[in-house]
Amino acid sequence: MNNLMTREKWQTIKSRYSIYLVLIVMIIVCNLLNENFLSPRNLSNISAQISVTTILAFGETILIIGGLLDLSCGSVLALAGVLSVYVFKETGSLSLAFAVGLIVGVLCNFVNGILVRRFNIPAFIATLAMMTVARGIALLFTKGQNLYQIGDYVWFGQGKIGFVPLPVFFMIIVGIVTWYILGHTSFGRSLYAVGGNEEAARASGINVGRIKIGAYLINGAFVGLAGILLMARTNVGAPNAGQGYEFEALTAAIIGGTSFSGGLGTAGGTLAGAFIVGFLNNIMNLTGVDSYLQQVIKGGIIALAVGYDMWAKVNRTRKTLGAAKLPNERKEAKA
Amino acid sequence: MQKTLLEVRNISKSFPGVKALEDVCFSVKEGSVHVLCGENGAGKSTLMKIINGIYQPDGGETLIKGEKVEITSPIRAGELGVSMIFQELNYTPEMTIEESLFAGRWPKKSFGRIDWKAIRQRTLKLLEQENLPYDPEMKLKDLSISNLQMLEILKAISRDADIIIMDEPTSSITNKEIEILFEKIADLRARGKGIVYISHKMDEIFRIADEISILRDGKVIETRPKDQFDIDSVISLMVGRALGQGYPKEELPVGDVVLEVDGFSGPTGFSDVSFNVRKGEIVGFAGLVGAGRTEVMRALFGLDERFGGTVKVHGAPVRVRNVQDSIRNGVVMLSEDRRRYGIVPIRDVKENVTLASMDQFFQKGRLNASKERSRVEEICKKINVKMASIDVQVSTLSGGNQQKVVLSKWMLQDPDILILDEPTRGIDVGAKFEIYKLMTNLVKEGKSIIMVSSELPELIGMCDRMYVMAEGRITGELDRAEFSQEAIMRYAMNMTRKAV
Repeated sequence: MNNLMTREKWQTIKSRYSIYLVLIVMIIVCNLLNENFLSPRNLSNISAQISVTTILAFGETILIIGGLLDLSCGSVLALAGVLSVYVFKETGSLSLAFAVGLIVGVLCNFVNGILVRRFNIPAFIATLAMMTVARGIALLFTKGQNLYQIGDYVWFGQGKIGFVPLPVFFMIIVGIVTWYILGHTSFGRSLYAVGGNEEAARASGINVGRIKIGAYLINGAFVGLAGILLMARTNVGAPNAGQGYEFEALTAAIIGGTSFSGGLGTAGGTLAGAFIVGFLNNIMNLTGVDSYLQQVIKGGIIALAVGYDMWAKVNRTRKTLGAAKLPNERKEAKA
Repeated sequence: MQKTLLEVRNISKSFPGVKALEDVCFSVKEGSVHVLCGENGAGKSTLMKIINGIYQPDGGETLIKGEKVEITSPIRAGELGVSMIFQELNYTPEMTIEESLFAGRWPKKSFGRIDWKAIRQRTLKLLEQENLPYDPEMKLKDLSISNLQMLEILKAISRDADIIIMDEPTSSITNKEIEILFEKIADLRARGKGIVYISHKMDEIFRIADEISILRDGKVIETRPKDQFDIDSVISLMVGRALGQGYPKEELPVGDVVLEVDGFSGPTGFSDVSFNVRKGEIVGFAGLVGAGRTEVMRALFGLDERFGGTVKVHGAPVRVRNVQDSIRNGVVMLSEDRRRYGIVPIRDVKENVTLASMDQFFQKGRLNASKERSRVEEICKKINVKMASIDVQVSTLSGGNQQKVVLSKWMLQDPDILILDEPTRGIDVGAKFEIYKLMTNLVKEGKSIIMVSSELPELIGMCDRMYVMAEGRITGELDRAEFSQEAIMRYAMNMTRKAV
């Protein structure tokens, strides 16, 4: 009995920290492959490069934990970004532009939340629709033209706090916010429960609808912020920016151990996942891997990560079935 | 002399922790209807699943038309002429009648193409022969349950099945549809088919049976021709076991009425349900599966909608629009389906226990982790949840301990009224006893309990008062002194009115 208990504990620890182990191994291997890898300059570059998609990945993590998803973040990011740049160009106010970016992100995701919650549209479909709509609005608004000469707006992307680039600073802030929400608030607790077993959550008195909409609103703020940072980093208000970012974000979240079946995932895991992807891209560039081959490798890694997730889950159920078989079988016997 | 189509001899089957069937002998003759009846959990469905090849018996033998066979799968059962019509019909909504009739054995043309013409012809012929006015192109989703059942029977006939098993076929169809079904059964019987009919509805049983077998606790108690039985003997044989001993029941004085439910009706199939619960009382709800007990409780707990009815807690009318309202009123519910409504299996014990009482541990939305730990550890110790620590996943615990986790969750709320729906389902004897003991302690503390159970001995052992439901209504109310299995079963089968 005692043996069994320590094994259960070990299992929990193993599944919780294995991603960090992968990250450490990766750092060691990359360092062996290229001596410049661990230089402060390279690390700072990687962090800045992954900052935008990592912020999106934190939003996806929150959503996926709650059994939801956002395919629209790449488009909403562009819409929030161009509107924010536009407002800055018209008013010259950085704080107003910043606020507009966040508000646009939140509004679009409020609509996502309403579609999922009130109209019972699956999150996949609802946000797929929003992906097209938001991109369309961004293009309509700019008539398909990039907004150039964005002036001081670039500060969001190129400014520094101490030696930390602003996008990296924001990524850290968003990571801390996510970590806090997930681990230390009743909202986070409820979110895990909703994603882990929605019906049990409802039967425990959790307002499932409010949690789902809340998750979208938080994601919206992150997406809006990501939009501002991307436009500033690239020095242009581009309505076509951010295409495919939703998949980069999902990749980071999934590699970081966020389970697509809901109810599992952490901010730290997602950050690790984002760095794993970032390191991988970086080392492949540094070692001169063909850019087409890079795509193949990245795709393979997603399949591996998700495959491991599913395999671990099946294993888990198989292991616990010994204990939990009784009720099921018994019910059949009774029926 | 009628030929025996199907015979099982000395069949036994065990599941972990339960002996589902013990030395069961059972046979069906050609051109006859053999009714199998018994309480919930007597082993009826298990026996039929063995005959249909879904389960393999641990011992015993099966003979079909005098020959020893092994039924290894439902497909094999079909080849041997056994066809089963399940209580819960599984079907593909978008399939048409003709597609589904020949599903998996569609006649083929060259290159593996399906011969739709042949299918159409054979379907039309079959429909005409059986005198059923269906359009072969109709989709299954547009058919009523009774029509789907009829289609299953048609499928059985088209496969030349000799033995047709029907598992409570009338549980979800209307009276008029029952008549049509019975006509069909009479027709099949006249054509020499052997029919096994599972039911616990007395009027039906006596209408269509040739022979009746009574199953109790996994054993066949009696098999006799119908005319050697009457309703009373069937009922007493169905329930006639010795009362379970050793319930930790203490009869205590009860207080004022704390919960009053009046005129409850709901779309999930119950109407005009009224009852009350007193302080310190354990009130039982008995009835057969499908009587509407769980549905009433779910509506009372705010999980399902209802059409009408009022709830009074401590004499004051309250609104119950959702679970939050109910919890605020001090009413909580432990669901019969623990995995679906009770636990979040992939999260740890701690999170599951505090799920319903987060406001106690999150001040202004911020977690007080040490307070949470100590409270959860305290309550889990009190309820005796066996686990390595409060950080292990709930899915790794045994059924009994999972149930205790759900109980712990509700105990944290310190509710006045607990609805326990099948609280001991699927858990071992030791854990059962602990739950009974906990119930006794709770009522001693002045809480009230509504206990829904399909196991009569535990209701009789634990309750102070009992309501019996049948077909969505309360058909009887009994005080502890009046408890007897016979009396409860009469109400549960709604026999009192008809028999008198």
